[in-house]
Amino acid sequence: MPLILQDAAFDPWAMAADFSANLPGAGALVTFNGIVRGDGGLARLEIEHYPAMSRPAIETIITQAMQRFALIDALVIHRFGSLSVGETIMMVATAAPHRKDAFDAAEFLMDYLKSRAPFWKKEHRADGATWVDAKASDEDALNRW
Amino acid sequence: MITVVYFAWLRERVGQGSEQVETNAKTVAELVDQLRGMDSYHAAAFADIRAVRVAVDQVLTDFDAPIAAAREVAFFPPMTGG
Repeated sequence: MPLILQDAAFDPWAMAADFSANLPGAGALVTFNGIVRGDGGLARLEIEHYPAMSRPAIETIITQAMQRFALIDALVIHRFGSLSVGETIMMVATAAPHRKDAFDAAEFLMDYLKSRAPFWKKEHRADGATWVDAKASDEDALNRW
Repeated sequence: MITVVYFAWLRERVGQGSEQVETNAKTVAELVDQLRGMDSYHAAAFADIRAVRVAVDQVLTDFDAPIAAAREVAFFPPMTGG
């Protein structure tokens, strides 16, 4: 259950290759990359987190995913700090014997990371900066689990 | 003595990321009442409590939670990870 929290950029394809190198019994590998979307004249995205809480909170989420789905392993990488448009913010990878568990676990991880991992995004534009508001739909997404 | 930490716009409104607070508050809600009364910055941060989430010792909880044994209380807006 690797979990990496860092400010440095990373290559999600290299990380996926490392993750997939040793997965005995795997028949399905799902990866998701979140990237900085360059809409509305975004100059950069600032990501703040709560260092003392982010690691234990995400470890709990990964443990729940491992218990709930038939996974062989799961990987979560999440960046903080200042990111440019097009950079990878975070990734999840899930490996399972069969695709449904891999897909469902990746969605479960994403839904919980969105609303239960202590990260906050601030969008910087030429005319100022605004904190990204959480969406009611993000909270609602948790109810399906 | 309890450590109170703030993130995102709460940190900006309060004007600092953390502070040590002497308190007799028994719950998060009582602590919020005390913080609100400290100055206009804290009052602005806690003006709309519905927009604020709280963690006690790094665990997400609610405003009724007891804090008698707590070391750190964190206030922040709803999370936007992922």
